[in-house]
Amino acid sequence: MILFDHVTKTYPSQNRPALDDVSLEIEKGEFVFLVGPSGSGKSTFLRLVLREERPNTGSVWVLGKELSRLSNWKIPALRRQIGTVFQDFRLLPNKSVFENVAFALEVIGKPRSHIRKVVPEVLEVVGLEDKMERRPDELSGGEQQRVAIARAFVNRPMLLIADEPTGNLDPNTSIGIMKLLDRINRLGTTVIMSTHDAQIVDQMRRRVIELETGHVVRDQSRGVYGYAR
Amino acid sequence: MRASFVTSEVGAGLRRNLTMTFAVIITVAVSLALFGVSLLVRAQVTTMQDFWYDKVEVSIFLCSRGSDAPSCASGAVTDAQRDQIRADLESLRPLVEEVYYESKAEAFERFREQFANSPIVENVTEEALPESFRVKLADPTQYDVVASAFAGRPGIEQVNDQRKVLDQFFRLLNGLQAIALLIAIIMLIVTVLLIVNTMRVAAFSRRRETGIMRLVGASNFYIQLPFLLEAAVAAALGAGLAIISLVAVKSFVIDGVLAPSFQFTAFVGWDAVIAIAPILLLTGIALASLAAFFTLRKYLRV
Ligand SMILES: Nc1ncnc2c1ncn2[C@@H]1O[C@H](COP(=O)(O)OP(=O)(O)O)[C@@H](O)[C@H]1O
Ligand SMILES: [Mg+2]
Repeated sequence: MILFDHVTKTYPSQNRPALDDVSLEIEKGEFVFLVGPSGSGKSTFLRLVLREERPNTGSVWVLGKELSRLSNWKIPALRRQIGTVFQDFRLLPNKSVFENVAFALEVIGKPRSHIRKVVPEVLEVVGLEDKMERRPDELSGGEQQRVAIARAFVNRPMLLIADEPTGNLDPNTSIGIMKLLDRINRLGTTVIMSTHDAQIVDQMRRRVIELETGHVVRDQSRGVYGYAR
Repeated sequence: MRASFVTSEVGAGLRRNLTMTFAVIITVAVSLALFGVSLLVRAQVTTMQDFWYDKVEVSIFLCSRGSDAPSCASGAVTDAQRDQIRADLESLRPLVEEVYYESKAEAFERFREQFANSPIVENVTEEALPESFRVKLADPTQYDVVASAFAGRPGIEQVNDQRKVLDQFFRLLNGLQAIALLIAIIMLIVTVLLIVNTMRVAAFSRRRETGIMRLVGASNFYIQLPFLLEAAVAAALGAGLAIISLVAVKSFVIDGVLAPSFQFTAFVGWDAVIAIAPILLLTGIALASLAAFFTLRKYLRV
């Protein structure tokens, strides 16, 4: 599903690499936590998977393709198979819940009949079927993140990437989001989630990859947060 | 590709940025109108050249008694000289299309007609006017062939080309046309800069939408299309205004004022306006789309 082979990424303005010689593999169907302090390279790792950034050396394989050999015009096709969720939700404020999810389908040219069918379905999966006409500012943070997850999942992607999805939420709400991502994983989607939240990681007992200043310092199946320290 | 989605995005984009859209429409209209006027002046010069070159002739004035040109030192032109000149002109066919001899009497007659209401006629005698050959050339630009063959020959006082006078006038018109074209080009450059800036602002103000579009895998084409169409629609509206002002120039300035006042010459017809209109439309749309395309390539990359 994902293979990092001696990947090093240094941003142009930096002298220290954000990721330093990282090699690891993530299998289809896995649920992976990416943990580590701020600035350790978690977001950089996820951006490399999305090919928002390219590595300086090494190669990144995603869904059977080596991304540095993928030409620019093929990137949209790659991203259609990857759902993404961020800490700041990234919803359109002047569109309703339904329209926010539908937007993701409209811009890849899906027919209207398809949109009318699948958007209510996915909103039911995330538990927002009775709030379809609300606008983002009429929803709680947890609900907004559910809309974002619905948008990421509506195409039933092979892979879902979540960069600190609970970073702006209180602990109880975070657990709800966590359970939703777990459910999506059980439906067959590979999930990679970066987080600071020790409690969640400890509860879930899934694979944990820990980064520190760009190095992988731990890679443990059924791990807990901060176990190695 | 969903047409209804794209059109609603374009409409929303144009409204959101109304003042900028308005500025783009107006600059496109002004610069293209100027461009159109310069093309119209060019068409006018061509029309006048066709009209006048057809009528101009080369005049070969013969020596009279008392002419003070060096070639007239031996007095008035002799019959032998006159016959030789006529024969030489005939030998220049087919360049020489027509040769017409105007005697002193005929010259005087024509003069009296031209200045019928002027007291000058009283002071001019038949003897003061030169006799001449009026030569019409198949190709008026070949004047030099005639001039070099006849100028300075004994019995010939002067060789005159009416075309030279016309050419000065056409040079003036061409100069005006060049100035209009130059201003039009400067205006078009300003227009392009304005469109580049407008696109930059539009891309920035919609970065949230375009960011989401990139994330969910919308193609570059789909992301950029609404912006491109917005620029093209604004340019088309501007070009429409420019075409309307060109039609106004043709019907009010040319047909309404100039043509009735200067009846001796021809003016451009509607065919010129009809030929220029699509050029303006295409120039406007192409410039705007290209400016938008290259700006967006920089600001909305994958
Ligand atoms: N766009 C960028 N330009 C320059 N440096 C960056 C950029 N993004 C991240 N970095 C640097 O790379 C390192 C890793 O950042 P990041 O991957 O965002 O870490 P994390 O998500 O774990 O907080 C940090 O030192 C950060 O300052
Ligand atoms: Mg981060």
